[in-house]
Formats: sequence, C-alpha cells, structure tokens
Amino acid sequence: MKERLIQAVLFICGLFAVVALALITVFIFQAGAPLVARIGLADFLFNANWDPTAKKPSFGIFAMLVGSIWLTAGALLIGVPLGLAVTVFMTDLAPVRLVTIMRPAIQLLAGIPSVIYGFIGLTLLAPLVRRLFGGPGLSVLTGAIVLGVMILPTVISISEDSIRAVPVALRQGALALGATRWQMLSRIVLPAAKSGIVASVILGMGRALGETMAVIMMIGNSLNLPGSVLDAATTLTSNIGLEMAYASGQHREALFATGVVLFVLIMALNSITNAFVKRNRSGRRA
Amino acid sequence: MLIAGCMVTLVGCSSGRTTANALTLSGSTSVSPFAEHLGELYQKQHAGIAINVQSLGSSAGIQAAIQGVAEIGMSSRDLKTEESAKLDQLVIARDALAVVVHPSNQVSNLTQQQVKDIFAGKIVNWREVGGDDARITLVAREAGSGTFAAFEELVLKGIPVTHAALRQGSNGAIRQVVAEDAHAIGYISLGIVDASVRALAIDSIQPTQLEVIAGHYKFVRKFLFVWTKGKPPGTLAQAFIDYVMSEDGQAEFEKLGLIRAS
Repeated sequence: MKERLIQAVLFICGLFAVVALALITVFIFQAGAPLVARIGLADFLFNANWDPTAKKPSFGIFAMLVGSIWLTAGALLIGVPLGLAVTVFMTDLAPVRLVTIMRPAIQLLAGIPSVIYGFIGLTLLAPLVRRLFGGPGLSVLTGAIVLGVMILPTVISISEDSIRAVPVALRQGALALGATRWQMLSRIVLPAAKSGIVASVILGMGRALGETMAVIMMIGNSLNLPGSVLDAATTLTSNIGLEMAYASGQHREALFATGVVLFVLIMALNSITNAFVKRNRSGRRA
Repeated sequence: MLIAGCMVTLVGCSSGRTTANALTLSGSTSVSPFAEHLGELYQKQHAGIAINVQSLGSSAGIQAAIQGVAEIGMSSRDLKTEESAKLDQLVIARDALAVVVHPSNQVSNLTQQQVKDIFAGKIVNWREVGGDDARITLVAREAGSGTFAAFEELVLKGIPVTHAALRQGSNGAIRQVVAEDAHAIGYISLGIVDASVRALAIDSIQPTQLEVIAGHYKFVRKFLFVWTKGKPPGTLAQAFIDYVMSEDGQAEFEKLGLIRAS
C-alpha cells in the first residue's frame, strides 16, 4: 500500500517534467509559428535583413543563423582537440594523484556562471584580440575562444567515460605488438571510443549553440554577415536575449520564431546524441 | 474551511497593502536610473512607502501600463498611435543624446550630416572626418529600445543604422565599449556621460544643459510617464508624479544631467 503510494507520487513527479516540456513546446510554437506562416519559412531563414522596427519591417534571421554556426564551429575547433587531449592525458598518461586534482578542477569549470565567462571575454580577451589582430575586439574569435573553454567540462566528462570503457586488453595487446603509446592511443583507443566521443562533441555543440549571456557580452551583436573571425556577429540566442525586453507585436513574434528554430536545432542535436549513446551501450554489451 | 478563511484574510490584507503603500514603475532602461533616484528620495521623506522601479525597456513599460501590471509606465520614446489611444502621458524631463568617442580621439566636432553618414555606414574611416587613419567602430542600441528609436528619429531621420554596427543592450554597455576602443563612436544619454568617454560637439555646439535649454543642441528626446487612459493614477502614484514634477524633483533631475520638462 505504502509502496504503491510512493510509486504514484514519483510517477506524478516524473509526469511533471514531461508536461513542462510539452507546455514549453506548445507555447513557443504558438507564439512564433504564425509569423513564420505569414512571411514563409524560406524568407525567415534565408533572408539576411533583420529590421524589425522599420516602417517596412523585415524579419530574416540568416545573419544570426550564420553567426551561430560560425561561433559554434569555432568553439568546437578550440574546445574539442583541447578537451580530447586533456581526456587522454587523464585516462592513460597522468599519475592517479594528478587526476584526482584535475577532475574536480574541470567540474568546477562547469560551475562558473556564464556571465563571469562573458565578463572575462569582454574585459581581458576582447582588448587583447583588438591589439593583436585589429577589428573591434568584440568578435567571433573572442566568443569562440571563451565558448571553447566553456564546453570543455562537457567534452571531457563524457568522452572520459567512453575512453575509460575501452578494455585494458586492447591497450595491452597493442603495446605487446610493438605499437608506441601514441599509436596505441590514436589508432586503437580513440577509434574504439568513437561513439562516446562523438556524443560528447554533439553535446558540447548544443551547449555552445544555446549559450546566451556570455555571447551577448563578447560577440558585439552586429547584424552583418561576418566576413572574418575578427568581425562582430549576432547569434540566434544573443539576438533574442538582447531584443526581447523591448520587443512588441510582430517583433516579439519574430523573436519567438527564432526560439522555435533554436528549439528544433537543439532537439535534433539531442536526438543524434541519444542515438550515438545507445549504439555505444549496446556495442559494449555485445 | 479554516484554511480558506485564512487565505481570504491574507489576500485581502496583502492586496490592500500594495495599493496603499507600494508603487510600481516599469519601463525604459534610460529613465529607470533617474526614476529610481527620485524614488529613493521620496521613500526617505515618506516612511513606510515602497517604490519599485523595474528597468525592462520602453516597450515593456508601455505594455505593463496598458495591462495595468504597473501603475506607471516609463518611456524614452514617443508613443505609437495605437498606444496613445490607450494611455495618458506626461513629459517628466528631457534628455539630450550625446555622441561619444574615446577620450584619445582627435575629432571633437562633427556636423549633423557627418554623424548621419557615419551611422548609416557611408563614412567608415576616421580620416574622412579629420581624425586618424583608422576604421570607425560603430556602437548602437538594439531595435525596439527607446534610445535607438530616438536616435533614428532625431539624427538619422529615417535612414536605418548600418548592420555593421555593434549593438549593446544599455547606455552603460555602450559607454563601456566606447571607453575601451580608441576608434569607437556611440550614442548615450547625456546624463550618464562621464570622464571615460568624450561627448562630441555637433555643428560646433557642445552638448550641455545650457545649450539644450537655449534650444541650440538638437538631439533632445522626452522622458515620459504613462498610465491607463481615463483611469486616474492611484493616490500614491499621483503623489509621486506631483513630487517628480515639483521644483525639488525637477531640480534633482537637473543635477543628474537631465533637462527640466518645460
């Protein structure tokens, strides 16, 4: 009887998360879809002219879409190699004592509020980028460097699990056949942990794509299509964050529609990750 | 029954308190710091009264006033026709928009036409207006902001700001970016210009309170209080409005760099 009751309570709690997700989905689609239906999906996605308050308003998010892609790609270019190097160092090379210090340090990195990352990017990195490379300093490069660091905990913690799961026998076998340590890691261990690593990269991608506050502070928020990494740009998230407080009417609808695009992108990324993680698990069992 | 009774008393009590002793103002990020300052002074003089100022942006404040979420909405842009049909408005002060550059910039004066061309993206190098040979970094506000609307109307006269401009979410953020970039130019409320940036003369007229009052400096906008049309503000709201419009209130605005309502 008591067990039944607790089961029911837990079931309701679980249901709550699902209902919340459903409500959010319905709400943003309801608020954003009418505008997209009015101006057409192609015009909304591939028109680079965003003039929401002009006499003849134009709602095209292409520049932001490109900004998001550039910034996310940049963050991955910096964060993934660095993250994987740290991970391999922790799983296969570092003494255990060092790992016990490194792991909590990396987890702490995930706990730093994004506004602090943004502040560091704005006050330390942006002036440095301006001095070294020119341009306004607030740029895709500045944002990508900081976001690259921000996705490190995601990349490291998930790929570490899958690299550790590679059987010791594979490592020993490779070394016994005369492979160097580098050959063992690059040709045996990393390929064997591939699906977990891919999952970690996709989750990192989702994190970079969704970051808002730090990006607003570092990327300059210009509506131009970026011509180089030293140019300022705007992302889907940063434009919503910047303009939502002031938006009314169609402008507000257009921001919700931007949210819908973001929502679909993140959902797609999460589904791909789930597929990879599942494959990883079933592969390990077999 | 008991619980229901308790809740009724609680609700009755707390809602009574909000109308009598608390006042909510909501709106423009440009007006907020000034309204907040006067609110604090007013609270010091009248014990037990709470004045909450929410800095959400002009459009949000206007919406809040229309929906009755806030007793008073604050706006730094003129009301649109459909908005003024639903709201009463009062000019509480005027504010000059200053065009600011880095203190090290050689340029100290621009013509109105030059400012227009710079923000429209026609002039892209400081050399073209008598400065160093360096690319101009434009810093503007985002669409929808009252300052953005006022600048487009007063300075650009309908020509849109170039998409190459950086955008920042507040006057303070623009000031910070301009203070750090030797080649930046931006526009902010005259009231928050400080030593970290330098305000430019426009057509050789310095942006000062005197020049604004004399009618020489042209980039001037109105700060508005708005409330639901036909429904007079509550006692406390009316008392606060009276204070803001009083000699004391207006003098306080002037001390902070604004210009009197009339």
